[in-house]
Order: sequence, then structure tokens, then C-alpha cells
Amino acid sequence: MSLNHEKFEKNIFRMGIWTAIVVSFGGLAQIVPLMFQAQVVQPLPEMKPITALELAGREVYVREGCYNCHSQMVRALRSETARYGHHSIAAESVWDHPFLWGSKRTGPDLARVGGRYSDDWHRVHLNNPRDVVPESNMPGFPWLSENLIDADDLAAKMGALRTLGTPYTDEDIAGAAASTQGKTEMDATIAYVQSLGRYAPKRQQATPAATVPTPPSSEPVTAPVDPAAPADPAAPAAEEARS
Amino acid sequence: MSGAWSIYVIVLSLLVVGGSAWLLAMTAKKPEKKEGETTGHVWDDDLAEYNNPLPRWWLWLFIGTIIFSAGYLVLYPGFGANKGTLGWSSEGQLLAEQQKYEEIARQTYAKFAALSVADLAKNAEAVNLGRNIFANNCAACHGTDGRGAVGFPNLTDASWQWGGEADQIYTTILNGRMAAMPSWSAVLGAEGTPQVAAYVRSLAGLGHDATAAAAGKPRYEQICVACHGIDGKGNPALGAPNLTDADWLYGSSEATIVESLTKGRNGQMPAHGPLIGADAVKIVSGYVYSLRDQAQSTASGGEK
Repeated sequence: MSLNHEKFEKNIFRMGIWTAIVVSFGGLAQIVPLMFQAQVVQPLPEMKPITALELAGREVYVREGCYNCHSQMVRALRSETARYGHHSIAAESVWDHPFLWGSKRTGPDLARVGGRYSDDWHRVHLNNPRDVVPESNMPGFPWLSENLIDADDLAAKMGALRTLGTPYTDEDIAGAAASTQGKTEMDATIAYVQSLGRYAPKRQQATPAATVPTPPSSEPVTAPVDPAAPADPAAPAAEEARS
Repeated sequence: MSGAWSIYVIVLSLLVVGGSAWLLAMTAKKPEKKEGETTGHVWDDDLAEYNNPLPRWWLWLFIGTIIFSAGYLVLYPGFGANKGTLGWSSEGQLLAEQQKYEEIARQTYAKFAALSVADLAKNAEAVNLGRNIFANNCAACHGTDGRGAVGFPNLTDASWQWGGEADQIYTTILNGRMAAMPSWSAVLGAEGTPQVAAYVRSLAGLGHDATAAAAGKPRYEQICVACHGIDGKGNPALGAPNLTDADWLYGSSEATIVESLTKGRNGQMPAHGPLIGADAVKIVSGYVYSLRDQAQSTASGGEK
């Protein structure tokens, strides 16, 4: 068979079809098997869907575009696990529709932020971040305190998520309106942020590296060793954004 | 990965690598063709494209990648469910790095194991270390200088809601604190709330309406004494602040005190033991204890 490159290059349809076939191999080998792996499609045994209030907060998170600056994906790298906690695992995101992993970090990753700050801190910080972190460049979201949650909408959303596989019960959906009665979007957003990392695996080590003060010779990824350096936890994230 | 999927990936991998080699071999320039031929297309009157053989260096590079892929699939995971002869995994690499740094941390903390929190506050190296831990974990609420903000305690003054002794600071950081001032609006009502606020201001020696304060006194002595004490000096064991000094976590204006009474206050210090580990908590406790000794801002107190 006399096959030469002209056979491909001089027929645009043949070229296009073969290009598509060749390009699809990567996805076929790496993505398709994943869709059937238990670790990706099975939730953790103790996992429960986020509550109605947290879901309302998640909607605010999406609406306000928080994911543009905050990722929810701690990568399996020491510099990340040291700063944030256990790396993200696929099972945590099984019910995330849409997932909010993100890829841009102007601010820090939020996958493990639940419980790290108090509700009051979040309230002050969301209202005007500079009130607690003077160096912050995050915008304030004062209107969240003024908007009440649309509870009817919420039940419909929970129904839609159930269609996609999130195991909300009829009681969950029926109770959505009652459990979010009178709550503001601020309350919901805080509830959602505090829920992040709820099912994260607990650290195996006795001494978490989270704040292991790196000795002065080490890289300053996790600990700004220079006391004069900006000591806000957002500082390393700002470096990431600049680079 | 199940056997079937493993085979699926193996077949695809072989197809890609084998297919690349086959494509290269089949389309390589036949020897009988001469250099200098063009592809036959002409653009813009005189632009033509040579149909020369692939450059040797490029060809060898391509063959090199095929050989590399074979070596890679033997050594590293990737060929179906095969783990690779090196036994490498990203999880294993992460654990190895974490262990390395934990060992460094262990050695660093071991130097201070014998020292008490109060001793750490006097040890320059420990204070330096504690400052770093503070900057990474505490500064978001308490400020880089430890002076706090409205609702977040100032650590450089003399008033300590949960106690300012070394072991109390350590316990606060390790296990966290949850203040529990409930809402009193239902009990005090619209009339009683400003009266109690006026009485609280009188305890602190702040300007107040004497009539209202007098009316608020019995209500205070009925309700508030349980935590804040009859003299208003508070109780560190309950996290009930001293109402007679100049330090006010949420502010001392009548409006703010009314708000505290109406809505309650539930300031929360998250437990940092699970977040940073007991060793780091001890070091940072020493740093915070060293801040306490500065205690110079009491005079400027007031609305904080």
C-alpha cells in the first residue's frame, strides 16, 4: 500500500476525521474509565447532602462568582496540604452540581475553610474584608445581609439535584422553606462556607504540618518566616496571583 | 481499576504508541523521491512548499519519544492497572515529603518541649517561631499586631475574656472557646433593655441616664449577675467579660450594648488543636503570652 502523508494532508475531511480520532485517545484512556470508578462516583459512607440553607449559600457563591478567585481543590502537594489541610478527594464532590473546584487563586483555596474562622468573622469579612484583614483585595458583599433567601426556588433546586443523584429526601425538600425562613443570603453563605471540608479525611499524622514553621532556609510557601513580611494568610495567595 | 478497564487502557496505550510508529513508518519519504519536489500548491503567485523528507533530528526525536513511552510505562503507573516497577504514586510522594517536614518540625519543637508556656514567652527563638504561627493562623482575626478588631479580642491589653494566664491561653487556643450570651430581648422587653444598658454603662463609669440605670439595676441583679457577677467584674471561667473596665469587645456605646442585649453575643474562637497540632499551639501560646506582657494599650482602651 502506498500510503504517504499527502493522502492525509490533501483531503480536508480525511484529515479532520483522523485528527479527531487521534485526539480522542487521551480522553478515552484517561477520562472514560474514571466515570465508572467507585472512588469518583461513590460518596463517602458518612456523607450527607448539604442542607437547604447551605445550598442557598452555594447558589450565592456561584452567583457572586466566588469561584473566580477561590478554588475548592487542595492538590496533593505538600505545600498545599501544609497550608490548607488534607488534599481534596474525588468522593467529596460526587454531589457537586456544578463542581466548584476552580483553577484560579487570587484568594486562598476554600476547600478546607469550614471551622477555621468563626461565623462572626465571616460576617465581618464578607461585609468588608478590610475590617479584619487590612491587606485584603477581596470586594465586600454588604448586600448579602439585606437579601432574604427565596425558599420556594430552593425546593425546586433540591428537586433538580435529586434528579441528578443527590439523595435529598421528600422531608428535606418539604422542610427547605421552613428551615430557611427569615434567613438572609449572608446567613446562607456563611453556612455554606462553614460546610466546606466537612467530610475531609482527618490528618493521619500526629503533628499536622499545617503550621509547621519551616526553618529559615526553607521555601516560604507555607510560612512567611520573615516577621516583617505581610503576615496575613492571604499573602501567599497573592503571590500565586502575581506569578 | 477493574480488569476490563485495565485491558481497555492497555489496548488504547498500545494503539497510540504503535499507531504513531506505524504512521511514521508508512508516511516516511520513500527513497526514490528526490529533494526539491514541491507539494504542488502555489500561493500568491510564487509561494510553494517543499515536500522534503523529515529532518533526521526530528525523526530521531520522534522515535526517542516512542522509546521513552515504553520505558515510562514500565517504570511508572500508567499501563492499565500496572503499578510500575518503581512503585511510585503521587500519594506516596506526598507522604514522603510530609514526613520529611514533620521530622524537621518535630526536631524544632523538641527543643522547646521542656519549656512551659510562660518560659516560651521569654525565649526569643520560640517567640520568633510563635510569631510565624500567629501570622499564618491567628492574624486574620486578631490582626498582625495582635490588637484585634471589633468582636475579635485585643491580645496586647490587660483584659482577658477567658483568662490571661499561660495555661488558660493555651487551653483557649487548643480547644477553642464559644461565648454564650443569649438574647435577652424577650425577657427585658423594649423598656428594660435600655435600662440595663444604662446600668451597665454606670458600672464602667461611663455617662448614663441615672433614672434608667436605677431602673436597670434590679433587672441586672436578677439576670446578668449569673455570669457577669454582682459587681460586673465578669467570670473568665464562663468567658463573661468584665463590664467595669475600659475594654469593650463590641463597643461601649449605649446602642451597642442594647444590641448585645437584644441579639446576644456568641463570639467563637475556633479550636486550633485539630488545625495546627498541640506542639504549635504551645509555641503560639508562648507568643501570645509575650504579647500580654506588653499590656500597654489599656490606657487607650475605650471603644475597641
